[in-house]
Amino acid sequence: MLSTLTSRFSQIFTRAGRRGRLKPDDIDEVLAEIREALIDADVNVDVVEKFCGAVRGECLTAELHQALNPTEQVIQIVRDQLIAILGGESFSVTYASKPPTVVLLAGLQGSGKTTNAVKLARWFVQQGRQPLLVGADLQRPAAVEQLRVLAGEISIPVYSEGRDPVRAASGGLKEAKRLGRDVLICDTAGRLSIDKEMMREVGRISKAISPQYTFFVLDAMGGQAAASVAESFHETLELDGIILTKLDSDARGGAVLSARETVGRPVAFASTGERLDDFELFHPDRMAGRILGKGDVLTLIEKTEEAFEKAEAEAAAERLIAGTYTLDDFLDQMRQIRKLGPLSGLLGRMPGMSGMEIDDNSSEQRLAHMEAIICSMTPMERFKPEIINNSRRQRIAQGSGTTTADVSKLIREFSNARKLMSSLGKAPRKAKPAKKGKKGGSRVTPKGTVSPKVANLPDVANLDFLWQTETT
Amino acid sequence: MPLFRRRKQEAAFSARTPDSALASDHELASDSTQAHLAAALVAIKDAKLGEDVWLEIERHLLSADLGVPTTHRLLESVKAEATSSAHALELLRQVLVNNLAASTSLSTEGSPAIWLVVGVNGVGKTTTIAKLAKRETDLGRRVVLAAADTFRAAATEQLQMWAERVGVSVVHGSEGSDPASVVFDAVEHAAANSADIVIADTAGRIHTKSNLMDEICKVRRVADKASGRVAEVLLVLDATNGQNGIAQASVFTEAVDVTGIVLTKLDGAGKGGIVLSVQHELGLPVKLIGVGEQITDIETFRPEQFVDALLSDAVLSDAVLSDAVLSEVSPMR
Repeated sequence: MLSTLTSRFSQIFTRAGRRGRLKPDDIDEVLAEIREALIDADVNVDVVEKFCGAVRGECLTAELHQALNPTEQVIQIVRDQLIAILGGESFSVTYASKPPTVVLLAGLQGSGKTTNAVKLARWFVQQGRQPLLVGADLQRPAAVEQLRVLAGEISIPVYSEGRDPVRAASGGLKEAKRLGRDVLICDTAGRLSIDKEMMREVGRISKAISPQYTFFVLDAMGGQAAASVAESFHETLELDGIILTKLDSDARGGAVLSARETVGRPVAFASTGERLDDFELFHPDRMAGRILGKGDVLTLIEKTEEAFEKAEAEAAAERLIAGTYTLDDFLDQMRQIRKLGPLSGLLGRMPGMSGMEIDDNSSEQRLAHMEAIICSMTPMERFKPEIINNSRRQRIAQGSGTTTADVSKLIREFSNARKLMSSLGKAPRKAKPAKKGKKGGSRVTPKGTVSPKVANLPDVANLDFLWQTETT
Repeated sequence: MPLFRRRKQEAAFSARTPDSALASDHELASDSTQAHLAAALVAIKDAKLGEDVWLEIERHLLSADLGVPTTHRLLESVKAEATSSAHALELLRQVLVNNLAASTSLSTEGSPAIWLVVGVNGVGKTTTIAKLAKRETDLGRRVVLAAADTFRAAATEQLQMWAERVGVSVVHGSEGSDPASVVFDAVEHAAANSADIVIADTAGRIHTKSNLMDEICKVRRVADKASGRVAEVLLVLDATNGQNGIAQASVFTEAVDVTGIVLTKLDGAGKGGIVLSVQHELGLPVKLIGVGEQITDIETFRPEQFVDALLSDAVLSDAVLSDAVLSEVSPMR
């Protein structure tokens, strides 16, 4: 799926790139792909539509820099938009002027409320606070026991009583005041968002302890329903933030975007593992990359760059066949090769080449010299190296810090390369008659069989000339 | 009165969408799927079959967590044949049902038969085991539970409390003890007491943690060596979860050779559409569904019910109960 996405993007943007600017059609085509990627990451369908609408608007109105590649620009806009939604306002705790500061946790069954109640308590301890945990999950067997065992590990007291969660919660509040604890964290039973009675119950708990902060605990593996679930909890409890759990899974975690967008409250904390210290403030930029599939997006950008280079190379190849390949083209290609990193690394990644040894220093140095020589030439000299005489050679050598012999060598190699390349450009058309066993005999004139690429070449005579030099 | 029962009774009346609730029985009879369809799908039913209709259907399937590839795969097969919007919806229902049809029987081979219950954290393994224990006990089988979740605090206590309610025995180790040895002991205990089934609760584990996956492999290996036979390895999937279910299913299958899926929390807002991908890609059938918090809220998976709930705005527990109402008026059932 994602590799398809990558190649589709390259195609779209290579086309767009040649036109130099993004057209609405291109954006739509790209957004169709982004839409699928987001749904695949479990972002709610409605949220995806809204999101893509916003990105489309951005893309159409944003100043598009000609110098930047369009893929990067759109991905950047998508990423910025994601971060804007996920981050928006960042979360910070304001403690109640009259302690305790009350925190209520609510969410579906199995989202991780109990574990995260203790993790949050530990976080408050690190902030220099003295929390009290209240077990108001009297529904699930042994839930309070679980809370006590976990809290015991980090010596945080737990309060719970009876069978009525509302009484347990308000009892906990009294206990916190009595003990002088300045933060109270109330764990509640998991409940279904569509279970009206249970939702009313958590509403009553909230009323009894009037929390400063109500957190919705959300499973990063959550699916499409995350949006409606978050909405129900928000309607009942007026959420202040989201705690995102189970981020140690390989889920893309799009549910958090659905919840964040639906309730409009920040994601405060993220839980990244089973240990109590696997808990931190939420980082929107990391999450944006994860939802998009960061690795994939990077690949995407690389792939697109590759496609651009390929397009440039193709254009150079056309000029090569036309005999108009110049030292400028040579320089471009050399720079592209150098951009890919050390030659040994490049070869190492090619199948069967890993055993080959390359002296990076000397080859790099040679490439650097070649670049310097070409850069010391005038545009005319680069276009038509034949005009380089002794005095020009002298000047180029001095300018590039090389010798005249180096300059001559480069020009010679370039001419040979050009000749070789242009002969390669002809090869396929020569191969046909050769098959019939008439080597070097009758030759097929290119006129009837020219490919479209060659058809618009300016100088056919020139072609014929190259042809003859090659066959003789 | 327990909450779930009360909701079910309300559901019997509300299962018909507001539109159809006003319709006479005659109208319903002439229209096989109307009573089940989500409002959005009802709205397109009489529209001219075109791009808008397909988009609406696609949207609905994606909202039910079927995922992009599966949604497209199913729509392709429907698009090829559909002649009208109503026909498309009918075909879709059939294709969905066909894609889910499989044997739901649970093997009790072996003395005792060993059922391993596995899954990621918080999907409802322990509750499912309690329900299974109740169900099998009611069928006259002798059940022993193995409390092999030795990691999560108070997991054993949770299972013990359930076991007390059901009236079955639990074999457990101390917290942090080796889960494989707990399973082994439970199986030997069951064999000595000629019990029929050992149901093993295991710790929730995220499938990306290789050490925990190694541990569950070991549990399975040791169980294979004990008396009796590993008859079922049930993977519990949470219906409110999304596309990660496919990764969970494939990694767990590779590790412990899963034999079937238990889809839990279908009484919530999630539709559990991921099981279509799981069945298609891994050939894993859904065998059981969890539809509530009460000890009896476990049902054998029935594709028609599941699909009807998936195509409706109602939750499955409503659909289960509305069966009685609809079977009288729906020629499709």
